[in-house]
This record gives sequence, C-alpha cells and structure tokens, in this order.
Amino acid sequence: MSGAPLNLTKGPDETFILNLGPQHPATHGVLRIKLTMDGEYVVRAEPVPGYIHRMHEKMGENRTWNQYLPNPSRVDYLSAMAYSHAHVAVAERAAGLEVPPRAEYIRVIVCELNRVSSHLVWLGAFLLDLGGFTPLLYAFDDREMILDLLEGITGSRLTYCYHRFGGVCNDVDDTFVRGTKAFVEHMRPRMKLYRDLVTDNIILRKRLTDIGHISADTCRRYGATGPVIRGSGVPYDVRRNEPYSAYPEFDFDIPVFPEGDCMARYLVRMEEIVQSLRIVEQAIGRLPDGPHIAPKVPKIMKVPPGDYFFATEAARGRFAIRAVSDGKEIPYRIKLRAPSFSNLSLFEEASQGMMLPDALALLGSLDLVIPDIDR
Amino acid sequence: MKNIIRDSVAGFKTLVVGMRVTIDQFFRRPVTVHYPHEALKMPDRYRGHIELVRDPETGKSLCIACKSCEKACPSDCIFVDGLKREGEKRKSATEFTLDFTKCSLCGACVEVCPTDALRFTKSYNLASTQKQSYFFDLMKRMEEQKK
Ligand code: SF4
Ligand code: SF4
Repeated sequence: MSGAPLNLTKGPDETFILNLGPQHPATHGVLRIKLTMDGEYVVRAEPVPGYIHRMHEKMGENRTWNQYLPNPSRVDYLSAMAYSHAHVAVAERAAGLEVPPRAEYIRVIVCELNRVSSHLVWLGAFLLDLGGFTPLLYAFDDREMILDLLEGITGSRLTYCYHRFGGVCNDVDDTFVRGTKAFVEHMRPRMKLYRDLVTDNIILRKRLTDIGHISADTCRRYGATGPVIRGSGVPYDVRRNEPYSAYPEFDFDIPVFPEGDCMARYLVRMEEIVQSLRIVEQAIGRLPDGPHIAPKVPKIMKVPPGDYFFATEAARGRFAIRAVSDGKEIPYRIKLRAPSFSNLSLFEEASQGMMLPDALALLGSLDLVIPDIDR
Repeated sequence: MKNIIRDSVAGFKTLVVGMRVTIDQFFRRPVTVHYPHEALKMPDRYRGHIELVRDPETGKSLCIACKSCEKACPSDCIFVDGLKREGEKRKSATEFTLDFTKCSLCGACVEVCPTDALRFTKSYNLASTQKQSYFFDLMKRMEEQKK
C-alpha cells in the first residue's frame, strides 16, 4: 500500500495545496482541511475548523440552567442523549438532586439506543467515503427504527431535549418497551448481515487493514477518546473509568482492539453496537417502577456557588461539561469538552505521508461530527 | 503463489456471501413510504410548533397572559399581551404571537404554562421562501380553527 518514500524536504514549489472542504462530502459538514500534497501523498494536513461555530459555551453564560436544556443535544446531534445527560447531571451533582432509579434506567436505555443509531450513521457514511453505497441504506433502515422509538417518547427525531433536572420529561410507555425489545431482537441477526456484507468483505479488509495507524501514545497526547483510543488498545471508557448513572448495574464489555488501524476502529464500533444492545436488553428487562422525575425539582434551577464537572461516554468519546456557578440562575461559565475536537487534532500527525484516499479513510474512521468540533 | 491462490479464493467467497445478502434483501418489502402521496402518522408526543388550547366550555383561550412562557423561552420567540376584562376574574390574552424562525421546539413554554393553555401541533410541512410565513399569530389561528 505505502510504497514511494516521502521526501519532506522538498521545496514549496514542488508541493501544492489542496483544499478538502469546507464543502466536501468526506468531511461530513463544514470542516476545511488544508492539505499540502506531494503528488498523491499528504505532506501536511492542517485542519481549519470554525465554520459552524455557534457559541454554545457563550450561550451557556447568558441563559438560565433550564433555558440551556435544548443546547447540548445540538452540539453533537448524532449523540444527543449523552450530551443532555452530561448537562443535567452536572447540575444534579451540584445541587445534590437525587434522580429516581427509573429515570436513570431510562437515561441509560435512550443513551445506548442513541449510540447504536449514531454508529449506524457512521457505518453508512464511512462506507460511503470508501465508495460503497449500499450499506448506507441498510444502516439507515435500522436507524429509522431507533428514531421512531425515540420519537415516540421524546417527540423529536434528532435533537431530543428529553432530559430534565432530576429525570426525564416523559415516562416511557408500553409501546416503547415492546418496541425496544423487538428492536434488540431484530438487530442481532442484522449484525450478522453487516458482517457478511461488509466486515468480512475482502475489499473492505484490504482497504482498512494497516491503514491509518494511530499509536496509543498519540491518542494520549492529543486526548483522543472513544472508539479511537479503544481501537489503539487502550480500554478507556467513561462508563467504566468514571461510572455514572445506572451503568455499574449492567454487565457489558468494553471492546478493545490493539492494532490502531482503521480496521480496529471499525471493529470497535461494530462490537460496541452489540454491547449497547446488551445493555439495552438488561435495562429494559429490569426497568424499575416509580417516578420518571424527582418529585421536588425547583421550577427554576439554582446551583450553589462552585466549580462542577461531569463526563459521559458519548458515541464519539468523552464528553464533559464544566460548569462554574456563582449561585445565580445563570451559570457563570459553561465549558464543553467535545470528543471530536481532540479526535480531529491527531489527524495532522497521523495522516503525514499517507496517500490521499487512505487519509480520507483515516478521517472517516475518526467519525467526526463537525458541530461538535466547533461548538 | 499458493498464498495468492488461497487469498483469492477466500476473497472471492466473501464477495459471493455479500452478494447473497444483497439478493436476499432484493426480495424484501420496501421500507420507505412514497411521500407526499403517502405520509406517516405523527406520534402523539410529536413536537411541532405550539398553538393555543381552547377552553372547551367557554370556547376562549385558556391563556391567562401570565407571561411565564415568554420568560421561559430560551429564544425569545413568544410575545403575549393581555388585559383584565370587566367582570372576569382573570386576565385573558389579547395577543399571542410566535416567531417560529427562532423556535427550537424545546417545549419549555408548554411545560411551564400553569393553565395548560399551550400544546404542540403535528404540522411539519412548513417550508416557505418567505420569512413572514413563520411569524404565527396564534390567537388568530385559534379563532380560525373555531370555524
Ligand atoms: S418550544 Fe421552546 S423555543 Fe419554541 S416557543 Fe416554546 S419555549 Fe420557545
Ligand atoms: S404560560 Fe400559559 S397562561 Fe401564561 S402566558 Fe403563556 S400560554 Fe398564557
């Protein structure tokens, strides 16, 4: 695959600049990457983010805790549940608000369903980047079932805004419980279909194996998390390392592949779908009775002065909110730690000397959501 | 040489397996709906833009113009005005407008309303080329629904 040696000492006249984006299908959004190319080889890849900066952090400083509820789900629209979870949980931790067990279970279920749907989008889009169109249709067919389930309880298909301080806004009904059980049953054989159609496919294997190697050390230096670091052999998962919500009550594995190439990251995500289904199955089977929201939640959330932090495992890695409160209705500062930003920042180093199509495979395997990078 | 042959055979097999999946799927029922000729039913909790709820007895809006929704809205989309009419115990709304260009469909207004005077509609076909089409006069909308 690699082949021709790379000569980084070439003068500027022998390289050329290639703009990838901001309007390019492979960047899945408005990300611009300024590529310095030596023929087909990448000499330097300089990401230029910021095209979809919406000031979500600044917005946190000019509206009440309650009014910020719709925002987190718009940061990473594919993994909205984990983001909203972090936001409400940081306030709950600060205010010492007890969340009923049923609410915690529901949060886990919706978050894991959301993770599956997010990985399905990634699967379709990633294979599209590599030139395979059909799997996208299969993936979206399955994803549609999740969206229907979540729409039934939240009223929305993408930016759910489902979490409330002390619980969730709507209780789950029988339709949801039955539908979710049916979905888990439906999805298991589909995983075999994906294996037959995609994972075992010789073209995909040859395209991804030993391509885009990222070492565990690189991941650590750039703060990469999620499937990216787990595809480099580091078993780091917030659900295990900083357990939150009801996660300690469930039995699940953290898939880790040590190879660090695109195939490893691919396999991590596929295995994560299976693990998420396991969690959903356990949670829906043992769903406790009780209220879906804490009984005495103040109408207008006020948080005692202090500096608070909460991290969740979103589909792309560790999402964390740091909130500083001065005791008023409006937070003093909201800082969002977005996984895609750190995962993107290693691209410059990891893509050096790669061929352009391989660099695109690497970019796709990072599963970037651009609004998450820019916030 | 042997390896190449073995790899090619194994590789070819994966392609055949994949092709079988495609052929299987080819005979499945379609999963899509032919919008706009057919449309899906929106679930009960679907969050479309908000509208005013009428009091089933008096036929008037349940809104008491307390302005809680106006204050709760993160995006300043709601404007309510009301007055206390002669002989009535509570205020009633005289004007209620929604700037849907800014609405994020969060539901804060519906949740905060003390008299349950707001609800979500199920409308989603709202495409327009004019900004004005997204400034809704909800009072007028409710009046028109009466007819
Ligand atoms: S749904 Fe949210 S954004 Fe829209 S009007 Fe109500 S409070 Fe405002
Ligand atoms: S919160 Fe309800 S009653 Fe108060 S102004 Fe809004 S719609 Fe009217």
